[in-house]
Amino acid sequence: MKICVLVKEVPDAAVEKRMDPNTMKLDRSGEKNLNPFDTHAIEAAMQIKEGLPEGTVQEVVAVTMGPESAVRALHKAVSLGADRSVQLTDDALAGSDVCASGYALAQVLKSEQPDLVLLGQQSDDGECYTMGAVVADHLQMPSLTQVIQIDVSDSKLRCERQAEYGYDTVEVELPAVISVGDAINEPRYPSLKAIMGAKKKQLDKLSAGDAQIEASRVGDEGSRTKVLALNPPPAKEKGTIIEDEDTNETVEKIVAWLDERKLL
Amino acid sequence: MAGILVYALHDDEGNFNKNSQGAISEAAKLAGELGAEAAALVVGDVSDEGAQSLGAFGASKVYRAKNVPEGLAQPIVDAMAKVIQDEAFDYVLFGGGLLGFEIGAGLTARLGAGVTMEVTDVKVQDGGLVAVRPILQDSQIAEVQYVGKPGIIIGRLNAFDAVARDGGSAEVVDVDVELSPWSTKATMVTRGEQRGADVNIEDADYLVAGGRGLGKAENFELCEELAKALGGAVAATRAVVDAGWFPYAGQIGQTGKTVAPKLYLAAGISGAIQHKVGMQSSENIVAINKDPNAPIFEFCDLGIVGDLHKIMPKLTEAVKAKKGA
Repeated sequence: MKICVLVKEVPDAAVEKRMDPNTMKLDRSGEKNLNPFDTHAIEAAMQIKEGLPEGTVQEVVAVTMGPESAVRALHKAVSLGADRSVQLTDDALAGSDVCASGYALAQVLKSEQPDLVLLGQQSDDGECYTMGAVVADHLQMPSLTQVIQIDVSDSKLRCERQAEYGYDTVEVELPAVISVGDAINEPRYPSLKAIMGAKKKQLDKLSAGDAQIEASRVGDEGSRTKVLALNPPPAKEKGTIIEDEDTNETVEKIVAWLDERKLL
Repeated sequence: MAGILVYALHDDEGNFNKNSQGAISEAAKLAGELGAEAAALVVGDVSDEGAQSLGAFGASKVYRAKNVPEGLAQPIVDAMAKVIQDEAFDYVLFGGGLLGFEIGAGLTARLGAGVTMEVTDVKVQDGGLVAVRPILQDSQIAEVQYVGKPGIIIGRLNAFDAVARDGGSAEVVDVDVELSPWSTKATMVTRGEQRGADVNIEDADYLVAGGRGLGKAENFELCEELAKALGGAVAATRAVVDAGWFPYAGQIGQTGKTVAPKLYLAAGISGAIQHKVGMQSSENIVAINKDPNAPIFEFCDLGIVGDLHKIMPKLTEAVKAKKGA
């Protein structure tokens, strides 16, 4: 069994994310971290691998699409347990929207022929929640998103997730594409040895041509959405913020605030 | 004839989802401006009366795919793709909800279509639709246009109000859908299981909600005590419900309840969008969180940066003392 995990490099949470007013796209110059939601997908892959008899899962492969700098996300993914990684990187891909990116990633996955594709429920930057289902339809595989429990038996997965009316239990035949919710596990920390060894693991770089991606279906040309304008949100009166230094005083302030609004 | 197609989700008893009804109302309004029609698509065992009832929200037609099961996205992608192509719909609209995201995403791949998500408003501009979408933790509002047809719009939870009018009855059109081979490879074992006690949070004027910042399940006691002192109820975020700390019936947000109490006190809740959409209409929002960068401080009315374990017990005592006075 081969598991591919889709990962993405995103701006560090501590760095203010901003849009480039010229291109109307996310300014990715400050990017430098593995999307935190993806660490749950890697952990899920590792737990499946470790939970099955040795040798059942032959390989866990981290796959990303992104600029040169995105290798850092792959190194992190490998330090967390992936055996090798693949980077799709090409100037022709810049500016791809969900439709175009999903097609491009699916092309890479087609050449890997995984039995299971895992990904995080959302990216920390784009907040799109959609990539798993897009990729699945291109690969003609069943898919489920926001999964918080996966049990593997034979060539089937038994998955649980919360949907509109409560918890659903769904059986999914492999090969499949599963996006995991952050409640699925507590990702491990990489060991120092794993961090040091990450750069030595196999990393294949693919161009759009290598992945047999049609140029007209990616980048600005292949995108099916266009951002017309970016505006600040409507002004809202900012709330009062209290830093708790003396808790008795803080509590007095809260009670006074509630009392003023006749809430007590 | 150009038109907008809406997917209408229903539960096992045949009740349509409020967000789906809202999406139909929004589609009908937009279609009116475009000089087009709004239609809905339902799957599974929906009665004639049930399907016709969507006319009250503005659907002129309801396509019903009886052989397609409700609850999983991919068979519904097959049904919607067929109707969109056969009837040449220009836009597809989803109310907020997990399934809408999955179906919309599947259609994006199937039809090579543009998609926007977490959409809070839709405008008519130059004879087409423009989706308005907050991004980067709601710090910017993007206006997005579609290139080519159809355009897929996935709404944010509660973005569109359901507006029912008297006497509207939709024409019901049954459609036969051939399922894709991969659409039958996921099967529902159980749907909509309720986990934990049946707590009532929707009628409470005062809600004390707990998140991961509580640290452990036992610390919900802090919320219970404060809620009791205030005369309210306790609610929770998805993260702690998934972790088994609190019953699903008390969950706020995307796949939980939407509430608007007089006071919403959030303890150890970061304020992710999926939570915010379920409580942002509360009259007064108070947040206690030790992380000064938590998004909830951007939209609360009173924010306390500090350790909830220290603050909440004292606050409970102070509220009791004040109310006893």
